[in-house]
Amino acid sequence: MARIPGMKTQRNAELGLLAFAMVLVAAYGATVEAARIGEITPTFWVPAALLSVLFLGLHVVVRYTAPYADPVLIPAVALINGLGVGFLRRLDIGDALGDKEPIPGIFSGIGGRQLAWTLISLILAAVLLLVVRDHKVVSRYAYTLGLTGIVLVMIPAVLPASISEVNGAKLWVRIGSFSIQPGEFAKLALVSFFAYYLVRKREVLSLASRRVLGIDLPRGRDLGPVVTVWLLSLLVLVFEKDLGTALLYFGLFVVTLYVATERASWLIIGLLLFFGGVYVAYLLGASVGGPFANFYDRAQVWLDPFSSANYNREFGNSYQLVQGLLSLGTGGLFGSGPGAGLPRFVPEVQNDFIFAGIGEEIGLFGLSALLALYLLIVERGLRSALAVRDSFGKLVAGGLSFTLGLQIFVILGGITGLIPLTGQTTPFLSAGGSSLMANWLLIAMLLRISNAARGPAAGGGSDRPGGGGKKAPAQLHGAMTEVIKP
Amino acid sequence: MPEFVLTVARFGFLILLWIFVFTVVGVIRRDLFAGVRSKSIVASPRGVGGAIPEGRPAKAKRGKAARQLVVTAGNLAGTRITLGEAPITIGRAEDSTLVITDDFASARHARLVPRDGQWFVEDLGSTNGTYLDRGKVSGPTPVPLGVPIRIGRTSLELRP
Repeated sequence: MARIPGMKTQRNAELGLLAFAMVLVAAYGATVEAARIGEITPTFWVPAALLSVLFLGLHVVVRYTAPYADPVLIPAVALINGLGVGFLRRLDIGDALGDKEPIPGIFSGIGGRQLAWTLISLILAAVLLLVVRDHKVVSRYAYTLGLTGIVLVMIPAVLPASISEVNGAKLWVRIGSFSIQPGEFAKLALVSFFAYYLVRKREVLSLASRRVLGIDLPRGRDLGPVVTVWLLSLLVLVFEKDLGTALLYFGLFVVTLYVATERASWLIIGLLLFFGGVYVAYLLGASVGGPFANFYDRAQVWLDPFSSANYNREFGNSYQLVQGLLSLGTGGLFGSGPGAGLPRFVPEVQNDFIFAGIGEEIGLFGLSALLALYLLIVERGLRSALAVRDSFGKLVAGGLSFTLGLQIFVILGGITGLIPLTGQTTPFLSAGGSSLMANWLLIAMLLRISNAARGPAAGGGSDRPGGGGKKAPAQLHGAMTEVIKP
Repeated sequence: MPEFVLTVARFGFLILLWIFVFTVVGVIRRDLFAGVRSKSIVASPRGVGGAIPEGRPAKAKRGKAARQLVVTAGNLAGTRITLGEAPITIGRAEDSTLVITDDFASARHARLVPRDGQWFVEDLGSTNGTYLDRGKVSGPTPVPLGVPIRIGRTSLELRP
């Protein structure tokens, strides 16, 4: 890539922050070993060093393929990812000590597996950066991506429960000991499709409207897609028994609509439809049961986790939520210290409840720092969306950052009892390959868009050297937008 | 491991975590202000962007070379673009250098091209035309400093 002198790339700032993040990961590992084993083993630095090499690789790829990309994204995500690996290794050490076994090796247990997943995720992110040299190229495959997304969402709902059901939610495809969550990847495909669709329809959606009670209501035929996606997300909710996923897809679509049209009425309509749908599902669960029963149970648990009826029920009880809340409470303001907590009291502490487990050990003080990092990542994504010039890039960056933020809200809200608990992974922190891979791909896409946003204003990217030889559809905006017909 | 060391490690880690957060915020802050100097479009208040000794290849030190394109009327009034070597496209299309939201402007309305330190304005077949002061622009026309280019309801001027 040709660099223009005088334009700051901020790559050195990224490298510095990355080094700082890895020092923190090493410090976390050392503190865990000091508290858990009672001594710091001579190999405490190895996971941090391995992660440093991996992130350094991604950093080099970014230096060459996206020199103007945002400098904050990679270090912030790397720290969260590294602390996740550290915490999972801490669980391995704790389990081994509990069973009076020797300290597990770095590559064994869930910590080692997470390390391997990180490697694969970073390779995928680097490949995305290398292949997609201009984010506008993605818009060419929008319909293919949209179809792929819907198919990915639907796969677990169609498959028999023995393959797709884990802990009451049908979100998985399990083949032997290997399992993936196709919905995680669907997010990315759906965002690209929504962005393309809305770039084409934005004029129709924002201009042709009727004013009812001070709200701009769009015409019925333009309302079609939003109603379709609403129904689809409710179907997901019913068949996969998962409110979180439904909320994620639906929120994603409503927010991209809002960003595309700048009409607050879409937010109001979307929220009303969602809450209406959820309330109906709750009432159906109370009276009819069947597929809605799982949802009704979760709502009951959310309303009163400490009641003995909810705590002692055989299925769908509040044990997990209560243990998570007690963990966070035990942690208090400053936590018990890394490695000094008792995370194994919380079921699924390596997945959905990782924030409760970490929270017990680093306390509110440390959790707020992690939340601030998530906030900064989302903010940088939205910032790229504001700065990038083309509508497609704006919608993709905005949609992706919003999804990330919404997912964090859904799982943290669930753990802390703010909203009914649903099985979402905590991005970059939870054990699990699908989530880590999908979210690193998301970050790679944000890096690509932020590179376009912050780089020199070249004419559409096609005349840049090393532009991949592909010419982006330059006329995405004027030409293909649909004209309003009365 | 003595209790004291553990306590120091525990709080040290938390403090380091927050120092990291603030370092990140610091980088973002620096980035924001660096952006003011290097980004091509700067919607800064009047007079701020003027005194920038940029390291660009100085073309013509006659003291009359245009360094900025300023929007003087229309929705974007106050916007400044620091001129470099690259041509500037103006229109409603979002990949234009200057995206104007003006009902009377075309998607690809006009273009400013530098040639030997002199900027030329060129109409790109717009519906409502481009005017240099009072005259309609038909071919590439040299733009003197301080003379308004009119596109729809928007006026632009070259400034030193």
